[in-house]
Amino acid sequence: MILTAVKIAIFCMAISILVLIYRVIKGPSVPDRVVALDAIGVNLIAIIGLVSIFLNTSAFLEVILLLGILSFIGTASFSKYLEKGVVFDRDRDL
Amino acid sequence: MTVTEIFNIIIVIFILIGAFLSLVAAFGVIRLPDVYTRNHAASKAATLGVMSILAGVFLFFYVKDGYFNASVILGIVFIFVTSPVSGHLISRAAYNSGVKMTDMSVHDDLKDKGKMQQK
Repeated sequence: MILTAVKIAIFCMAISILVLIYRVIKGPSVPDRVVALDAIGVNLIAIIGLVSIFLNTSAFLEVILLLGILSFIGTASFSKYLEKGVVFDRDRDL
Repeated sequence: MTVTEIFNIIIVIFILIGAFLSLVAAFGVIRLPDVYTRNHAASKAATLGVMSILAGVFLFFYVKDGYFNASVILGIVFIFVTSPVSGHLISRAAYNSGVKMTDMSVHDDLKDKGKMQQK
């Protein structure tokens, strides 16, 4: 029963990642693309969890933390770049 | 009905709810008119869906192995904290870099202030 549900869920996540890739390619502005990339990162975390249920191993569960951190840092640096034009700036006050 | 079967039903419900919410979030991202509403869909519905799926994963490994897998809990808490923050950051960057709202929106609180206060 769990395997069937996991297959259905992986299919749904794959469809949602395809839809988000359409938004990444088509998106009218740069923040649209960043929003879609952030959502793709979050969906990848869910797919990793589902694959680790499907393969019946807990070896992949650290990848969840790693992808979460990378997705958040990527979105934060992209937004700072869009707002100020730089990623690392010298003034301390943001 | 044993305890394992009850846990299996709960895991399946969590996973299916999460998959449905992620699908809804993706279609919201593709259907909504401008970047702010798309950000609203992507940073709330997708977060709840992924948290639900990770709760299912946590319960699965708790039933299978019988020990508390702390890294999944840490992942749930981390996503719960950081996803609204990144949504807010990218929405603020979109407003400050001059992305237009859609024509259907009726109110703009920040119109008189010009550029948002950067302190």
